Amino acid sequence: MASPQTIKSYINTYGFDKDTAERLAEKFTVTQAKASDKKQFMEAGFTGNEVEDILLKLQRGKREAAARRTRRVVQDDRDYAPLVERVDDRDADLAKKDDLVIKHLGERVMSQNMVRSIVDGAVARKFTDAQLKKAADLAWEEFLRTRVDPTEAAGIVSAQSIGEPGTQMTMRTFHFAGVAEINVTLGLPRLIEIVDARRQPSTPTMTIFLEDGVKAERKAATAIANQIETTTLKDIADIQSDLANLEIKVVPNKALMDDKDVTMEEVVDACHRVRKVQSKHEDGEDFVTITLGEPNYKNLQKAVDDLRKIKVKGIDGITRLVIRKDEKEGGYILYSEGSNLREILEINGVDGARVVTNDILQIQEVLGIEAARRAIMREAQAVLEGQGLQVDQRHLMLVADVMTADGDVKAIGRQGVSGQKSSILARAAFEITVDHLLQAGMIGEVDPLNGVAENIIVGQPVNLGTGAVKLAMDGDKLQQLIKTMPEPKNTIPEPEDEESYGDDAFAAMVGGEAPAEPETPEPTSEEDN
Amino acid sequence: MRLTNQPKKIGHMQFGLLAPREVRGLSATKVITADTYDDDGFPIEMGLMDPRMGVIEPGLRCKTCGQKVGDCPGHFGHIDLAMPVIHVGFVRTVRDLMRSTCRGCGHILFSERIREEYDRMLASYMQEDKDVSLLARRVAKDASNVTVCPHCAREHGTIDVDKPTTFRENGHKMTPSEVREWLEKIPDADLPLLAINPEVCRPEWMVLTVLPVPPVTMRPSITLESGERSEDDLTHKLVDVIRINQRLQENRDAGAPQLIVEDLWELLQYHITTYFDNQTAGIPPARHRSGRPLKTISQRLKGKEGRFRSNLSGKRVNFSARTVISPDPNLSINEVGCPIQCARELSVPVQVTAANFAYCQELILRGNEPEAPAGKLYIPGVNYVIRADGRRVKVTDKNKEEVAKRLDVGSKVERQLNDGDVVLFNRQPTLHRMSMMAHTVRVMPGKTFRFNLPCCPPYNADFDGDEMNMHILQGEEARAEAQILMKVQENIRSPRFGGPIIGAIHDHISGNFLLTWNFFNKDGRGAKLALEDATQVLARVGFKGQIGDEIFEEGGRKYVWGKDLFSTLLPEDLNLSYRSAACPPGMQEEEARKPENDYWVVIENGKLVAGGIDEKSIASFKGIVLDTISRRHGADAARSFLDKVTKLGNGFLTLRGFSTSIDDEDIPDSAREEIDAKAQRTRDRVAELVKQYEEGTLQNLPGRTVEETLEMEIMRETGQARDGAGEIVASQVGMTNSAVLMARCGARGSMLNLSQMAGMVGQQAVRGERINRGYKERTLPHFKWGDLGADAKGFVASSYKTGLKPTEYFFHSMGGREGLVDTAVRTSRSGYMQRRLINALEDLKVASDLTVRNTAGTIIQFTYGEDGADPTRSAAGEPIDLDYVFGEVERASKKGGN
Repeated sequence: MASPQTIKSYINTYGFDKDTAERLAEKFTVTQAKASDKKQFMEAGFTGNEVEDILLKLQRGKREAAARRTRRVVQDDRDYAPLVERVDDRDADLAKKDDLVIKHLGERVMSQNMVRSIVDGAVARKFTDAQLKKAADLAWEEFLRTRVDPTEAAGIVSAQSIGEPGTQMTMRTFHFAGVAEINVTLGLPRLIEIVDARRQPSTPTMTIFLEDGVKAERKAATAIANQIETTTLKDIADIQSDLANLEIKVVPNKALMDDKDVTMEEVVDACHRVRKVQSKHEDGEDFVTITLGEPNYKNLQKAVDDLRKIKVKGIDGITRLVIRKDEKEGGYILYSEGSNLREILEINGVDGARVVTNDILQIQEVLGIEAARRAIMREAQAVLEGQGLQVDQRHLMLVADVMTADGDVKAIGRQGVSGQKSSILARAAFEITVDHLLQAGMIGEVDPLNGVAENIIVGQPVNLGTGAVKLAMDGDKLQQLIKTMPEPKNTIPEPEDEESYGDDAFAAMVGGEAPAEPETPEPTSEEDN
Repeated sequence: MRLTNQPKKIGHMQFGLLAPREVRGLSATKVITADTYDDDGFPIEMGLMDPRMGVIEPGLRCKTCGQKVGDCPGHFGHIDLAMPVIHVGFVRTVRDLMRSTCRGCGHILFSERIREEYDRMLASYMQEDKDVSLLARRVAKDASNVTVCPHCAREHGTIDVDKPTTFRENGHKMTPSEVREWLEKIPDADLPLLAINPEVCRPEWMVLTVLPVPPVTMRPSITLESGERSEDDLTHKLVDVIRINQRLQENRDAGAPQLIVEDLWELLQYHITTYFDNQTAGIPPARHRSGRPLKTISQRLKGKEGRFRSNLSGKRVNFSARTVISPDPNLSINEVGCPIQCARELSVPVQVTAANFAYCQELILRGNEPEAPAGKLYIPGVNYVIRADGRRVKVTDKNKEEVAKRLDVGSKVERQLNDGDVVLFNRQPTLHRMSMMAHTVRVMPGKTFRFNLPCCPPYNADFDGDEMNMHILQGEEARAEAQILMKVQENIRSPRFGGPIIGAIHDHISGNFLLTWNFFNKDGRGAKLALEDATQVLARVGFKGQIGDEIFEEGGRKYVWGKDLFSTLLPEDLNLSYRSAACPPGMQEEEARKPENDYWVVIENGKLVAGGIDEKSIASFKGIVLDTISRRHGADAARSFLDKVTKLGNGFLTLRGFSTSIDDEDIPDSAREEIDAKAQRTRDRVAELVKQYEEGTLQNLPGRTVEETLEMEIMRETGQARDGAGEIVASQVGMTNSAVLMARCGARGSMLNLSQMAGMVGQQAVRGERINRGYKERTLPHFKWGDLGADAKGFVASSYKTGLKPTEYFFHSMGGREGLVDTAVRTSRSGYMQRRLINALEDLKVASDLTVRNTAGTIIQFTYGEDGADPTRSAAGEPIDLDYVFGEVERASKKGGN
C-alpha cells in the first residue's frame, strides 16, 4: 500500500488533489511516476483527462525545480500562445483593392493569399481598376487550369517525389551549417531521421533570436548566453582532493566565474546537489569543503567525478552555444548545440516567436501538433534545398500531414503509419509477414480490400486514379442509342502535318475498336504505303 | 441490362484458424506413409505424393477433382498426430492465455466487478475501432498478477516459457496435452477480452492434434536430368514428421517407458516447429543433406524473396522484352526503336470482327515470318490465333492457309508488333512515374532499343550498357490509358517540381546556343547562315512555311540570322524575358541586355529578339521556353517543339562542326607558372600555420580545439588555392574554347571541371577532412612522421592534364573511393526510405471535393496541398503564373491603346 509520505509529496510538491494523489501513490512512487509515460498511466486505470493533468503537474514540478536553480520563472503553457500573434497589417488602400477583386470574382472564390498577390502585383505595375479586374479574370482561368484531378494518387506521387531525389543526395553526415562551429546532420541521413520521427535528432540544434532591446549589445547577448549554456563545476572551479583527510576542496576561479556570470551561492548550491557528500561553506570563504558520507578512497574518486560534472548553471540539453553577429538581423544571434525549446522560451530576452529548433518532437510537446507539422515541412525542405534539389512543397506537406494526422507524430514505417494500416495483406506485404497473419487468424480479422497493396495481391483493379472510376456499359442501351444517333462525326483531331506514327495509328485504332462505330475497318497501313 | 466482361470482385477476406474438424473435413486423404514414390515411380497411396492431393505431372488427372495440371488447384491431406503439439506461432498467446485464466475452471482471473469494467472498456474499444490487442495485452498483464482464482478459489501458478515451445507451471514442465486441456476449458465468453474471436478461433486449436498436409501442387517434386527425383523442402520436412509420428505412436501403443515416449514427443514437436518456421530462435534449423537450411512455410512467405513481396505484390509478365539501349536523335521523343527480332516475338491481340475479318485473314496468311515487300524492312505477321473456345493455335508457314480458312469472328489474332503500336518503356530502378512511359513503336533493324536523348533524364539512362524493358499493352482499356496518361509528352512536366524533366540536353544546347548567340557576330542576330545552309537545317527540322522576311542579302549572297531561324519554332503568342544561363553572375540587367553581351533573352510575340538560347531556355529542369510552351500550349505542342529544337541544334552543330579535345585545356606557360607559384605559396602558408600550431601560438576559434582550428584554416587555404587556379584558368580561356562554351551554356561540364583539368585538382578529402589515414602518423611512407604540411595530407597541386604525382594520385584515389562507397551505401538507404514512404502513402487519394483521404476515409488534408493545385500543372509550385497574367493584361492594354 502507498506510504503516506508519497501521498503527501504528491499533494504538496505537485499540487494533486487528495483522491488522485492516493490513487497515484497506490501504483507509483514519485520517481516512478516521473519516469512513466502516458501509456503507463492509462494502464494504471486513469482516464485520458486525468493522465494529461498528471503529466502536466509532474512536468511542472520538475520544471519549477529546475527553474529555481537557474533563476527563472516558470511560465504556464498557455503563456506560449500569445508569443505568435496574428497581426493583419494589410494596408487600407490595398485592402480596398482586395475587396474590389473579391467582389469582381463573386462566386469564383480564391484564397486570400492569392487575391492579395494579384493586388500586390497589379499595384506594383500601377494597373487601373479595369486592368486589375482583367488580371483577376485571367488569374481565375489560370487557377482553374491548375486544379488537381479527383482520384489522383496524391500519396504515391508525393512519395516518389521525395524518394527519387534521395538517390541524388550526399551521405556525408556532417556538414557545417551557417555557423562553422556547429555540426549539423544534412542530406539523406537527416531526411531519414525526419520521416522516422526519431525521439531525438542526431544533432539537435537551435537558433535563438533575441528581442530587439538586447540583440544589439554584445554584453546583453552574452548574459543571456551564460544563462543558457551549461556550465559545469569544472568549467569554473578547481577541484582539489585531499587524500590524507579524504576531503575535497572546491576552489572557484573568480575570473572564470565572472566570465560565466556565476555567483558563489550557485557554486555552493551545486555542491549541495551532489549525492552522498556533505558540503561546507562559511560566509566569506571563497571555497567549499566537501566531506564524504562514507570516507574511503573509492568514494572520493567518485565524488570528484560527480563534482566535476555537476551543472552549475544553464539549461539541460544545451551543450554548446555560439554567439554570432548577423548583419541582416542587426545584432547577435545565438546558435546552440543541443535543444530544449521549453526552457529556452522561458528565458527573458529571447524572442520566443522566432526561436527555431530542429527537434520536431520537442516542438510537438511545447507548441502542439500543428507546429510539429510545420516543423517537419520546414526541416525536410531545408534538407532538400541544401542539396540543391527542387521538390514541391505540397509533397512535403502531405508527408507531414500523414505523420501528424491523428494528433501524434508518427513515423513513416512499421512502428508508425504502415503498422497501423487496416489491411492485413498490406501489413503482411510490408514487413513482419508471418506475425501479422497469425495475429489476423486469431482475432478473426476481416480485410475489406480497399487499399492498393491488398488489391494488387488479390489481382483486382486498385481503387485509385482510373481504377476508382466505376463505369459499366449497358450494351442494350448502347445499341438503341446507336440507332437513334446521326452518323458519327470524326472527333479525332487531324494529325499534324509532320509525320506522326503514333497519332495516326491511335486515331485509326480508336475508330476501329470504339463500340460507337464498329463499321470502321481496321487500319491496313502496310497496304497504304 | 446486359453486363459483359464484368470481372467478379472479391468483397473482403476473413482470416481465422482451422479447427481440427475442418482440417479433417478438407482432407482428401489421410497420410500415413512417409514415402513418396514406389520403385516403379508411381506415387504411393496415402503417401506424401498421393494423387488425390493433386497432380503435378502433365497428362495425368487428379483423383479428387478429375482435372489436369494447371486446372486442379490441389487438395489438402492430413496427418493425425499421435500426441498433440504446440504451434510455434502461438506460443506467446498460449502463455498469456494460461497466465490470465484459471487452470481449474478456465475463467479469466477477474472478479465480476473488474470483469464488468473490462467489458465496458472492450465495448468502447470496439466502438472506436481501436486495436483490441492493446487491451488484450493489458488484460493479460493485470490478470496474471492474480494469485487465486476468484471463481473457484484455486491457486494460480506462474507460467513460464522455455524457448521455444516448452511451458512450465511453477517450474514444472507441462505437456502439450495438459496445455490443450487447459485451453479447452476457457469459455467462449472470455475470449474477446483476450483478442480472440471465438467464431473463428478456439484457443485449443493452437495446440495441434492434426496437421494439414499441403497439396502436392504446393510442393512439386522435380526430376533432375539424371532421372533422379528431388523433393521439395516441405515434403522432406513432412517425411520427418510422419516418421517420428509413427514411431511415437508405436512406442506409446507398445507401452514403452515414459522417458522414450517423451523424447519422441519432443522430437515431433521439433519437426513440426521447424516445419512452420525454420528460423525459430533457440533451436537449430533443420538442414538438407547438403547442409543448406530448409525453406519451410515461414521462409516461403517472408521477406523480399517471399511469396508476398515476390509473387503476390509483383509478378512476371509475358509480352515484354529487354535489351541494351542506344540513342537515336532522329526519332521523336515519344517513339522507341524496336529491333525486328523483338517485334517478331511480341504481339498485340486483335479481336476478329466482321469488319476486320478480311484484314485478319490476310495477316494470318502472311505467317509468322513474312517477307517484307520491296522498300520495307519489316511487316508484321501473326504468331498465334486464339480461338473463341480459348485454344491457342500457333501459326506457321505450313498451317497458315488452314488457320486463315478456319478463322471465325470472336477469335483473337496475335499480330506481331507494328509501327505505331503503343508500348510501355521502363528502366529500373523505377523511382518515379516518369521511369515508365508509353512510347510509339518504330520497328527497325539492329539489336537495341533506341530512343531520343531528351528522354534520358526521366529514365536516368545513359548508353554505357544500360538495358531497358518494353511491355506491350494487351487491352483496349490499357492502351487508352497509356495514350492519355503515360505518353512521353504527358510526362514532360514532372510532378516533383512543376517544371520540365524532359528537355534538350548536351549538343542540343550547344547547337542552339551557337546558333542564336551574338558572340561571333557582335552586331548581328546570332550565327549568320547562308540561305542554302539554313534551308538544309530547316529541312532537318521539318519546317514547312515561309521565311521570306528574314532573308537578307550581303555581297550578292543570301543569308539568314540564327535567331530568326530559331524563331520559326516558337508559337506566335509567346512572350518572355529573362537572364540566360550563360550570363556571368552579378552582371547587371542593363549590361546583360547589351547586344555585344546578349545575355538577356527576350521573346516577343514568338520572335527571339535578343539573347542566346541555352540551358535556361530549353534544357530539362530549367528550360523556361519549354516550360511555358508545355503549360500554355499543351503536351503535344511541347513535344513537337522539343523534337524540332533538338533537330535544329543538331542540324546547326553538324553544319558548323563542334568538338573539344585536350588542347582546350591548354593554358599559356605564364599561367601555368602562376598557378605553380600559387600552389607553392599555399604550401608555405600551410607550413606557417603548422609552425604556429607547433609553437602553440595558433589562436583557436571559439568552440573549437586548436587542432580543429588548424585543419579548418588549412582547408580554407587549400580551397582558396584551387579557386585561385580556377580564376587564372578562366582568365586564359574564353568562349572560343569549346569546353568553356559547353560549361557556360549548360550543355555539359562546369568551370570547376575545367579548372581541375587545366589548373589544379585541389585538396582531396575523406570524410570532409584532409587525408589523415594510412601509416603510423603519416599517410604514405614518402613523408616524415607527423608531417602536417599540404603535400603530406592530400593537396593535389597538379592538374589532370599535367598529370598527378604518385602521392597525389594515391590521395586522389582515396577521395574517389569514398565517392564510390558513398554511392553504394546511399542507394540502399534511400531505396528503403522510398519503400517506406510509398507504403505509408500509397492509399491516399484526392476525393471529388479535393480533400485527401486514406482508405479508412480519414481526411488527411482538407484541400490537397492547401490550395488544390496540381504541382505538375503549377508554374514551379505557384497555382497562378502571375507574371503571365500581368504580362497579358499589359499587352492587351497596349494593343487597346494603340
